Amino acid sequence: MSATHLTESAAVPVPRPNRLLELVRRRPEIITLVLLVAICVAVSIINPAFLQPSSLVDIGRASVVMGLFALGVFIILAAGGIDVSFTAIAAFTMYSMTLLVKNHWPDAPISLVLVAATAGGALLGVVNGLLVHYLKVPSLIVTIGTQYLFRGILLAFIGTVWIMSLPPTMGAFGRLPLVQFDSGGRTITLPFYFLVLPAAALITWWMLNRTLMGRAIFAVGGNANVAERLGYSLRTIHVFMFAYAGALAGLAGIIHTAANRQSNPFDLVGTEINVIAAVVLGGARITGGTGTVIGTLLGVLLVVVVNSVLVMVGIPSTWQRVVVGAFILLAAAFFVFCQKKN
Amino acid sequence: MRTTGGQLVMLVVINVALLAFGAAISGGTFLSPFNLQSMAGQLPEIGFLAIGVMLAMCAGNGGIDLSGIALANLSGVVSAVVVGSFLSSADQPAAYSLAFIAGALVVGVLGGTFNGVLISRLNITPILCTLGTQMLFTGLAVVASDGRAVTVGSPDLLSEIGNGLFLGVPISFVIFIAVAAFIAALLKFTPFGLWLMLMGTNPKAAVYAGFPRTKVLIATYATSGLLSGLAGVIIAARNVNVKWDYGTSYLLIAILIAVMAGVRPEGGYGRVICVVLAAIALQLMSSMLNFGGLSNFVRDFAWGALLLTFLAVGRYNVVGFLNPNKSKKLV
Repeated sequence: MSATHLTESAAVPVPRPNRLLELVRRRPEIITLVLLVAICVAVSIINPAFLQPSSLVDIGRASVVMGLFALGVFIILAAGGIDVSFTAIAAFTMYSMTLLVKNHWPDAPISLVLVAATAGGALLGVVNGLLVHYLKVPSLIVTIGTQYLFRGILLAFIGTVWIMSLPPTMGAFGRLPLVQFDSGGRTITLPFYFLVLPAAALITWWMLNRTLMGRAIFAVGGNANVAERLGYSLRTIHVFMFAYAGALAGLAGIIHTAANRQSNPFDLVGTEINVIAAVVLGGARITGGTGTVIGTLLGVLLVVVVNSVLVMVGIPSTWQRVVVGAFILLAAAFFVFCQKKN
Repeated sequence: MRTTGGQLVMLVVINVALLAFGAAISGGTFLSPFNLQSMAGQLPEIGFLAIGVMLAMCAGNGGIDLSGIALANLSGVVSAVVVGSFLSSADQPAAYSLAFIAGALVVGVLGGTFNGVLISRLNITPILCTLGTQMLFTGLAVVASDGRAVTVGSPDLLSEIGNGLFLGVPISFVIFIAVAAFIAALLKFTPFGLWLMLMGTNPKAAVYAGFPRTKVLIATYATSGLLSGLAGVIIAARNVNVKWDYGTSYLLIAILIAVMAGVRPEGGYGRVICVVLAAIALQLMSSMLNFGGLSNFVRDFAWGALLLTFLAVGRYNVVGFLNPNKSKKLV
């Protein structure tokens, strides 16, 4: 790494920067977009069924939970950390929240449930943030530990039984339609909860680009020591970003439950790599300091599309992991290549 | 840098205390030869993976190997599928066993080298690279086996490795100790070991000093891959089947053992003997939780809590605080 650094800094006045490479280096999500469009075009040529409203709505529905996770992971990645505990936070909040509402207040208003789940997730996130800050070890290791801690508490002390019938308000929220239309005799519904994703994306975008906290997150991701000398409080930032990611995870958990009309404590954990892959494919560098909200959303769409179209173009679903794994490595290699070229 | 002797002393004390505690609550059956043998037999698969994680961590620069258990499963599955296609484990047990072992080790080394090349040549961050290869290896294992368990059976040589005893000690444990001793010697007495540790301490200085960075990194990850292959062999030998999703919690446990052993996550320090002792301590605790009849989920919870505790122990140098005179500070 350092060897290439040397040559990099020695060649500051690049003679003729390649315009295209320069653009891609500054806006890596363009590649994600191109890839996404290419895949969609290719798939619709091979199998026109892809363009049916039903499969598009399916993709939209499938990207809500993953998109919420990805926004949280993106914030942490932008600040130079990594989080793998968010799925455990989501499973924890969704299951204990469902249990709580079902047993004690079956007709609690859904807005209250959502707020409570978000707050619960944020609380668990604060635990992450404090641990990462005070233990001063890579956040990957800390969050692997908290993932097992949260999941262990959930499964050992709270419950392992599937909740098949949700409290009525949560079930109704999962079925509430945003758009509904008929297509070939089937009713296709884009659920109301889909709106949560764009709303969360907007808030995240606003936070990152219009507030001091956003500045601070990118500054810490760029160089934590310099950011600290500039007067940013690392502790506040660590706690804030993990709490933010935890809040999004809690929200995603409740939506996952409402959408599936059941609460399974074994769900979600194990999907972390897909989410991290999505964020990285969206152009956020794992070493921090870069990335955009729109890129993250494109990355999520890319992973969801890849996962759902493999079968449509005749690739057996057993290949799904190979394809996503290869995508991660290719994207990583490509972004490193772009940096070097500069 | 961290104190070096203290960690070893602490791990020995923990092990002795655990053995004594186990004996006390079980009325002696915890120390029965049968129980000790069964614990020693369970240890190697996870022990190999933990040494692999330690090597990657020592390399510094965010080095970590998340693909260990995925690669172990891949090597077992691929070797079982390939070797099984031209040899039968029931008819030619010796040939099958040897071919299986060779196949698994080759796949392990190839996978590890792949990691090393991506990290050193393409400069991909180790976390990202091994996350990607973890998924890739798991995926390849699914593709190779069609998502099903592949039967290895119990051919003589292989089942001897998995279940046999040598002077009352499980053969898999003997192999584990021998390999651990070999790796320890490699780190202690060869230039490779010195390069690895110094590179982990200060990557920039290592480059200016002219260390063969690429070679050291590739060798490190290839060794980690070889250890995964060995773990794959032991897993196949102890279970009649190999499957792509075996041991999903091994990733955490391997990292937990490395952290317990005082390996620095930032790189530059780690001792094989401490990893072995930490693995033994963890196995003792795991068996003790089993004795208490607690569920797997309590164990998950305990491992998570333990990992965080040991991170705190390392951070606040509790070992040095308890034992200030005997431990020498390095730089």
